[in-house]
Amino acid sequence: MSDQIPVLVLSGITKTFGKTVANSSVSLEVKRGEIVGLLGENGAGKTTLMNILFGLYRADEGKVFVEGNEVNIATTADAISLGIGMVQQHSHAVSRHTVLENLMLGLPGKNGFLDRAFALNRLKEIADGYGLRLDPSRVVSTLAVGERQRLDIIRALFRRARVLILDEPTSVLTPQETEGLFSALRSLQADGVGIIFISHKLNEVMAITDRIVVMRRGKVVADVVNDKTVTSVTLATMMCGHEPDRVQRIPHTRGDACLVASEVVLQRDEAKKAAHKINLTIHSGEILGVAGVSGNGQVALAETIAGVARAAHGSISIDGDIIENPSPRRMQQAGLSYIPEDRIGAGFVSTMPLKDNMVLSRFSYPPFSRAGWIDWGKVLSFAESQIAEYDVRPPDPQMPVGLMSGGNQQKAIVARELAFSPRVLIIAQPTRGLDVSAIAFVQRSLITLRDAGCSIMLISDDLDEIFQLSDRIAVMYEGSIIWETPIEQATVASVGLAMNGSNPALTEARA
Amino acid sequence: MSIFGLALDIGFFAAAVRLAIPLLLGTLSELTAERSGTLNLGIEGMMLAGALAGFSTAAATGSLWLGVLAAVCTGMAIGAIMAILVVFLRLDQTVTGLGVSLAATGLVFYSYRLGFGETSTPPSITPFGTIPIPFLSDIPFIGPVLFNQYALTYIAYLLVPVMTFVLYYTPIGLALRSVGENPQAAAAAGIDPLKVRFFSLVVAGGMAGLAGSYLNLAAFGSFTFGIVAGRGWICLALVVLGRWNPIACAAAAFLFGAVDAFQLRLQTSGSIDLPYQLFLALPYVATLLAMIFNSRRTAGPAALMQPYDAEQR
Repeated sequence: MSDQIPVLVLSGITKTFGKTVANSSVSLEVKRGEIVGLLGENGAGKTTLMNILFGLYRADEGKVFVEGNEVNIATTADAISLGIGMVQQHSHAVSRHTVLENLMLGLPGKNGFLDRAFALNRLKEIADGYGLRLDPSRVVSTLAVGERQRLDIIRALFRRARVLILDEPTSVLTPQETEGLFSALRSLQADGVGIIFISHKLNEVMAITDRIVVMRRGKVVADVVNDKTVTSVTLATMMCGHEPDRVQRIPHTRGDACLVASEVVLQRDEAKKAAHKINLTIHSGEILGVAGVSGNGQVALAETIAGVARAAHGSISIDGDIIENPSPRRMQQAGLSYIPEDRIGAGFVSTMPLKDNMVLSRFSYPPFSRAGWIDWGKVLSFAESQIAEYDVRPPDPQMPVGLMSGGNQQKAIVARELAFSPRVLIIAQPTRGLDVSAIAFVQRSLITLRDAGCSIMLISDDLDEIFQLSDRIAVMYEGSIIWETPIEQATVASVGLAMNGSNPALTEARA
Repeated sequence: MSIFGLALDIGFFAAAVRLAIPLLLGTLSELTAERSGTLNLGIEGMMLAGALAGFSTAAATGSLWLGVLAAVCTGMAIGAIMAILVVFLRLDQTVTGLGVSLAATGLVFYSYRLGFGETSTPPSITPFGTIPIPFLSDIPFIGPVLFNQYALTYIAYLLVPVMTFVLYYTPIGLALRSVGENPQAAAAAGIDPLKVRFFSLVVAGGMAGLAGSYLNLAAFGSFTFGIVAGRGWICLALVVLGRWNPIACAAAAFLFGAVDAFQLRLQTSGSIDLPYQLFLALPYVATLLAMIFNSRRTAGPAALMQPYDAEQR
C-alpha cells in the first residue's frame, strides 16, 4: 500500500499552552487502510496533536493535508466534513439522550426536520457492514462503557470517516471487549479506513498496528514499520529515552491477617443490602490488588475502609481491633494510610508549600506540635529528609505543591504516608499519569513497604500493574467483590471475565 | 360568597389566563436559555425593558404592533449583551444575570423620566382589545375563557407547540438540548456550542421582551415601574416546576395565573379581613412551596451554568 497517496498528512505541527510546548514540529502520515499506532507517555503530546487534527484546538504552526490537498481545520465541523472521525478517551455522548439522538446530532436533517429514517438506515448499514450493533432507542446513560465507545465509533462512521482517530480506546475496556474492538478495527481497515490508534500500552500497539510512531516531549522520535524487529523493549526505550526498569514482584511470605473488613456494605448500595456484603482480609506483608472496570465501587470501598465514607453496614478491624465509628483520624491512629486517586484534590492543599503538606494530617501531634504550638523547625527537617529520601523534585520545601509535576506530587504523597510506617496502606491509581521512572520508583516503594510487613490494598485500572505487584487479586463488579484469587491462579482472561460480571470459577465449572 | 365560590366562574378563569400569559412567555424564554445551558437571571430586566420599549413606541407611533416589535428587539439586544458576557467572556452566570437585570432596571427608570418626565398621572394608551376566535369562542365555558383573548395571547398559545416541535423534532432543537447537556459532545459532533448558546439567549431575550410588552400593551394599558413585579423571577421557578418541558411549563404558568387571579379576587371581595399585601404575596409563597415539593426530584440540563471553553485542559 506504500504507492498510494496518504489519506492524511500532518506536517510541522506546533502547539504551545502558555510556556508548555505540547507539540513541536510534529509530522505524521496515514495511508488508506493503514493502522498507525501513536505511542507515547502521558504528556508526550499525542492527545493535543489529535485534538488539533479534529479541530478542537488550533495549531500555532503547521499544515494538514487530506488526500493530497492542504486543508484548514478550524472547527470540528470542518474535520467531520473532511472525513476525520474521532473517538475520544472519555466518551463524548449526551448521556440523557438516546443513541439515535446522539447519532443525529449535527446532521442537517431533511426539510428542517430530524431525519430519523435516514439515521436508522445508516445505522443498519454500519451494523451489517462492520458488525457494530447498538439499539437506537436506548438512552446513553444505560449503556456500558464498551457500548458507549461503540456508539462513538458508529458516530464517526455515520459521517463516513476516512480517517478514524482512537484516543486510548482500550483504557476503559476489559480484555474481551478489547478483542471485539480489534476485530471491528480490522474490518474497517479492510474497507480502506485509515486509523490512528493512540495508546501507551505496548502490547496492544504491537498487536494491531501496521506502523508505529513514537512521541516524546512533544516531538516524534521514531516512525517504524511494525514488524518482527519491533519489541516492547525497543518501543519502551524510544518512549522514555532510556531502557525501562521494570519492577518485578518477588513472592513474599505473608504474615497474620491484618486488615479485616467483614460484611461491609458500601453506602451507595444500601438499598440492595443482601447482594453486596463485602468480606475482605489483607494479611501483613501482602498486596491485595483490586481490579475492575472503573466505577464499580473501587473508590467507595477505599473511602469506606479509610473512614472517609461511612459504611452502611459492617465492621472494619486492624490487627484484631474493631474500629468503632471509623473516621479518617481514627483509622489513621489505628495505623492506616490512604493515598487517594485524586491526589491534588484530596491529598494536598495545592497552594500551600510542600513542607506544610508533608505534615498535613499530623501537624497537631508530636513531634510536630507541642503544647498547641507547631514546631516549624521539626516540620522543615522532616520535610527535607523525606524530600531527599524519595528524590522529590525540585527539592524545595517552600514550593507550592500545585506547581510541581504529577510524578513529584505522587512521590511527595508517598513519602509522607510511608514516613510513619503504616500498618495498612490503601492506595488508588498510584502510577496514573506518571512517567516511567516515577512509576518504577513508586512501585518499588510499595514492594519495600510490603516486605516490611505492611498490608497494602492496591486499586488500579491498569491490569498490568495489578499483575505486576499483587500477591492476591480481588475483582470488583457493581459494588461487590465478585471474585478473589491468589495471583498464581489468575490469568488476564479470568480477571477480564470477572470484570464483566461473571465469576470465572463458576464459568469454568459449568464449561 | 365563600372563598371557593370566588373561584368558579368564567370571569375568574379568563382572568387566570390573562395573568398566566406573561408568565408563559417568560417561562418559555427562560426554558430556551436554560436548555442551552445558560441560567438567564437577566430575564426580569429584559421583561421590564421590553415593557417600556413597547409602551413608549406604541405611545409615540400610535401602533401597538410597532410597540410589540420594539419590545422584542429590545429583549433580543439585552440577550445579546448577556450572551457576550456569559457565553463568550465566560463570566459567572448568576452575578452577570443579576447585574444585567439591575442595569436594565436602572436604565428603564432613567429613560422613562427622560421621556415622560415627572407626571402625577401616568400616561396611558389604548391597549389591545380582545379578539374572539370564530366558532372556538362559542364553545361553552372554554370558549370565553381561552378564545376571547388578546392577539398576543394567541401567539403565546402557539409558541407552546412550536417550541415543543423545535426542541424535539428539528436539528436545531437537538443541537440546543445537546449543548445544554454536554457541550463537549456537541462540539465533537461538529456543532459550535458558543454560537448555539448565543442565539438561544437572543431568542430568549426576544421572548422576555414580548412578555414585558404584553403587560402594558394588552393587560394594563399603562406603564408603571412595578409592572413586572418579580414575574421574571417566578418564571425561573416555573421552568423547574415544568421540568424544562414546554408543555409542562405552560401548565405551570396557567396554574400560577390562577393563583394570581385568586389573590386578586380575595383582595376585592372583602370577605376576609386581612391587609391586601398579604394576598399579593400569595403567588410568591406558592412559588416557594412548588419548589420545595418539586425541585428535589428534578434534574435540569446537565451543563446548566457551566461555561464552555474549547481549549480547556
